[in-house]
Amino acid sequence: MGKILVIAEQRDGKLKKSTFELLGLATQSGNETSAVLLGDGVSGLTKELEQYGATSIYLIQDASLKFYSAESYTLGVLEAIKQASPDIVLASHSPTGRDFMPKIAACLGVGLASDCTQAQISGVNLKVRRPVYAGKATVEVEFLGQGPRLATIRPNAIGAPKPISAQTAKVIPISIQFTGLKTKVIEIVKGNSARPDVAEAPAVVSGGRSLKSAENFKIIEELADVLGAAVGASRAAVDAGYRAHRDQVGQTGKVVSPVLYIACGISGAIQHLAGMRTSKCIVAINTDPEAPIFQVADYGVIGDLFAVVPLLKEELKKIKEH
Amino acid sequence: MNIYVCIKQVPDTETKIKLKPDFTWIDTGGIKWVMSPFDEYAVEEALRVKEKNAGSTVIVVSAGPTRVIECIRTALAMGADSGIHIEIPETADNNMTAKALANALKKEPANIGLVFTGKEAIDDGSAQVSQLLAGFLGFPYVSVVLNVEYGAQSVKCKREIEGGAYEIVETALPAIIATQKGINEPRYATLPNIMKAKKKEIKTYKTSDLGISEGDQKIKFKNFELPPPKQAGKKVSGDPAAQAKELARLLHEEAKVI
Ligand SMILES: Cc1cc2nc3c(=O)[nH]c(=O)nc-3n(C[C@H](O)[C@H](O)[C@H](O)COP(=O)(O)OP(=O)(O)OC[C@H]3O[C@@H](n4cnc5c(N)ncnc54)[C@H](O)[C@@H]3O)c2cc1C
Repeated sequence: MGKILVIAEQRDGKLKKSTFELLGLATQSGNETSAVLLGDGVSGLTKELEQYGATSIYLIQDASLKFYSAESYTLGVLEAIKQASPDIVLASHSPTGRDFMPKIAACLGVGLASDCTQAQISGVNLKVRRPVYAGKATVEVEFLGQGPRLATIRPNAIGAPKPISAQTAKVIPISIQFTGLKTKVIEIVKGNSARPDVAEAPAVVSGGRSLKSAENFKIIEELADVLGAAVGASRAAVDAGYRAHRDQVGQTGKVVSPVLYIACGISGAIQHLAGMRTSKCIVAINTDPEAPIFQVADYGVIGDLFAVVPLLKEELKKIKEH
Repeated sequence: MNIYVCIKQVPDTETKIKLKPDFTWIDTGGIKWVMSPFDEYAVEEALRVKEKNAGSTVIVVSAGPTRVIECIRTALAMGADSGIHIEIPETADNNMTAKALANALKKEPANIGLVFTGKEAIDDGSAQVSQLLAGFLGFPYVSVVLNVEYGAQSVKCKREIEGGAYEIVETALPAIIATQKGINEPRYATLPNIMKAKKKEIKTYKTSDLGISEGDQKIKFKNFELPPPKQAGKKVSGDPAAQAKELARLLHEEAKVI
């Protein structure tokens, strides 16, 4: 049996759903699954990691880990890797995982497959596929040379498992002296929105240039709120100042694969399609029957978004309330 | 102070990707190559730092086949002072690329102040090279940077994280900074500057000059696939009220996504 180390990710004392996805992938492979958890006062989260199948949990707590920082996470994760000697190390391709995992790869002198959207583990063999050219193609990644196989997995790309509860994990505290660091996170400035991030949300409702103003995005937001979805935007909408760049979906924005993607008044330019075409279910609402977005849509509504979107919101609300 | 910018040449975003018949790589025939959009912000940021610090120099470094010299020229036309081209194969992975860049920088004079890169290249989209480079050079790094406040010994970066939040990260210099859209508006090269760029020096290294060998390749892409063509979707007809009702039903009962 091989060993897999999952890097747990928490923010503000809450584990991310992507961590459970990784634990599911690891435990289903029949390998011994451990997790490493870093933070300040986060020991209460080990229970949940246990419920999702981790049999040992490396716990690294320090006041300096209150905020994520690449430098301290790298030190901590490297120590956990040293103790666990895993065959495979998995992290989420989140703003956190994508930041420190390449540094881990550099320190270990091994390869990293990043932003994988498909992953299978048989024995200690990690087989992954990932998009290239923003999803215009996908490739399989072959690991060369020796050492642990490292991968970051895109949130929502592989399903989340159910908790398996009936088992206990060994918690192994690791203490590290975090001294001589060259970087320091001084503060975290929260976004002013309670909505989920486009790259992490299970559903995304996006608007394009046709929304005509930042205020008009309200109808998009209201539909998103009914679905618990994130709000996305085309580059034209971002360049016009209707939305911030962090909401841009596409080749030069975020590449997303939610379960549901609703494109409202978006033409479907190649750069936009690149960012969302792997979504599981795509809805397009557009007045132009020739708009390229319809070529990738599972459901197409030829119509005026200003009429359809508010009505759709009401219909979905009814379903949700049942 | 010397400021370095590591840039990558990538297919233009309009490119329709085609594959080689044996699926080992994309078919690069007919592709229009451009500087990766996030690298344009890196070049611009370096030029702005230079403009505020008399006596500074901006050196652009790019690893790749001979064609990437074009991309270096573009950066020189924007205002960079000189270039370094590292000849490595099209199929080099992030590790080999970063090691080659690091080893080239190690041959440079010691007064490296800052190294800029784009936050990711839009071809393989791995977002690894800046961190790997940091690892090989022993420099700190900050990724996905939206703004930088420059100090004498350190810089404060605004780093984008999830959900519209951001971090303020202070880092000692020299450091690697990976730029995100929003940090600046890249300038266009003017005709006189395009002419001037033709005379600027570009140094070339081979991998053997930099001690790079096949063993530095840690992963390999294979079995390229195009996304399967989508089945024609369902059109939802009727007036807006009927469309909304039917769409909601389909999402709930047929697609089961709600
Ligand atoms: C280097 C580069 C990178 C790029 N990166 C990205 C990227 O990451 N993401 C991205 O999105 N774009 C990107 N683009 C831009 C892309 O080429 C398109 O210009 C952009 O996606 C168009 O946005 P849009 O669909 O909102 O606008 P348009 O193309 O103008 O389309 C508007 C659509 O709205 C429809 N419409 C109008 N009124 C209504 C109404 N009342 N109801 C319903 N439908 C209506 C129209 O029929 C039309 O289809 C990039 C371009 C370049 C050059």
